[in-house]
Amino acid sequence: MDTHDLRLLANRIRRRDLQAVYEAGAGHIGGEMSVTDLLTALYFHTMKVDPAAPLDPNRDRLILSKGHTALALYVVLSEKGFLPKEEIATFLQHNSRLNGHPNRVKVPGVETNTGPLGHGLPVGVGMAKAAKLDGADWRTFVITGDGEMQEGSNWEAIMAAAHFGLDNLTLIIDHNRLQQGARLEDTNNLAPLPPKLAAFGWTVLEIDGHDMDQITAALSADNIASGKPTCIVAHTNKGHGISFMSDNVAWHHKVPNEAQYKQAMQELENAQ
Amino acid sequence: MTAPFQNAKLHDCRDAFTAALEELAAADGNIVAVCNDSVGSSKLTGFRDKFPERLINVGIAEQNMVGVGAGLANGGKIPFVCAASPFLTGRALEQIKADVAYSQTNVKLVGISSGMAYGELGPTHHSIEDFAWVRALPHVPVIAPADRIETDAVIRWAATYQGGCFLRLSRVGVPDLLPEGHVFELGRANVLCEGSDVTIIANGVLSHRAVTAAAVLEGQGISARVLNMATVRPIDQDAILSAARDTGAILTCEEHTTFGGLGSAVAEVIVDHHPVPMTRLGVPGVFAHTASAEQLLDDFGMSPQAIADSAVALMGRKG
Repeated sequence: MDTHDLRLLANRIRRRDLQAVYEAGAGHIGGEMSVTDLLTALYFHTMKVDPAAPLDPNRDRLILSKGHTALALYVVLSEKGFLPKEEIATFLQHNSRLNGHPNRVKVPGVETNTGPLGHGLPVGVGMAKAAKLDGADWRTFVITGDGEMQEGSNWEAIMAAAHFGLDNLTLIIDHNRLQQGARLEDTNNLAPLPPKLAAFGWTVLEIDGHDMDQITAALSADNIASGKPTCIVAHTNKGHGISFMSDNVAWHHKVPNEAQYKQAMQELENAQ
Repeated sequence: MTAPFQNAKLHDCRDAFTAALEELAAADGNIVAVCNDSVGSSKLTGFRDKFPERLINVGIAEQNMVGVGAGLANGGKIPFVCAASPFLTGRALEQIKADVAYSQTNVKLVGISSGMAYGELGPTHHSIEDFAWVRALPHVPVIAPADRIETDAVIRWAATYQGGCFLRLSRVGVPDLLPEGHVFELGRANVLCEGSDVTIIANGVLSHRAVTAAAVLEGQGISARVLNMATVRPIDQDAILSAARDTGAILTCEEHTTFGGLGSAVAEVIVDHHPVPMTRLGVPGVFAHTASAEQLLDDFGMSPQAIADSAVALMGRKG
């Protein structure tokens, strides 16, 4: 899919996500809007995955370590064909398999159950190591939040990935500068992230995480330096695409009222 | 029957673990070992020498270690994740919960030097909470083999079982209890001694002490049944209820706190289905004082004589 179509698709995914949050009365809309372009590019441009064979041993793997933005992943998976699109309407409903955090046992296309932060990257290191042991060429992608990088387990994994030379592993940090309660810089400021990853022996790229040309270029295997894992620091906006949510800490998991919902939907429709 | 293990050779079950693992790994290229710098204490030097690329040492980083195990399993590997049990289960408990149990991954968690095997090193290095912590999680069988033979059988079972499990091994020497060629069955206890007056249920390093206690009781004319209950979850309800019906009193012994371990698991079955008097021996909810592993078991009332005395006292409570 070319970047023009990716932009249109990401816009549709944002609208479906917004509608589902509004109807469910819950969700993590801020982080979902910041990660949507990254997920869209991964599933519709970069990754080799097949909804007809979700457990194909040679599939590429994606771990959404910031599991609280599961809804964005569900919508992407439904667009890709892993789930019926109409099932998104069951988000958070009684007995729905689409709860607030992704479950690999219930939802095809999910690779590992996330929710507690700092779990995805260690699992991704294990996946990438498995591929290396087999001499296989599938890739592993992990998306973390920037606040999530405060979890020490990530840095254990960052050390190991570099030591093991896992050039088949790509970490994408959704750097939206906001965490649940406050701005990253006012909480425990890890920025700037690139020199820290570089110091641990990773190849680091910095991109605009809402620019499809930059995202797809960064995800290309052409950027891989042999023997080094890759980190893409994606500069994003929490609530991206919706003016009153964008870069506003209040919208971590706030739910829009009817007027806000209509305005947000109108803004996204106008942006097509 | 007196002093059944007086001249018995004692075995470090870690040797049986690694011997079995190396044999299995030679036959199945997907078997890998993951450890936290614990190559020596997990007895993985032989594995490393034979299969260097399949020994994945993440360094001193237990959270990453368990996550890496889950990722390896996702990639089709059969990881045996090995570390001292207090750090494997304590430091990485949330990884065990989310990445192994909830994600239902094929990760074999091997807790080495469990219980109070580290003796004088103190409570930071004791793992007397691990039954309780891991037993609370779905999808992760909890197993503590009693000797080298059962350890070998459990490792072979684990390699073919599709799913995660927690194998709790010790480093303290134990005599042989089970017959050569024993095949492990998940959730199935073994009768080590038949008896009709009282039942002693134990596992791990306590099982042979329970057998010796039964010999002491026999000398007093008391017929004690001894069950080796390696599987703490899923618990062998049938064996427990048979013991309750046949002997009317159950004594449990474990190298674990009495809060939430084997005794608690047995008590849950008894309370729900067939109440009989019980006594639960173990570490009574304290951090242990300074002593060797064997001395600590004695100090907490689990010498064979003390176990026998507890059994006699328990029988006094039978209706």
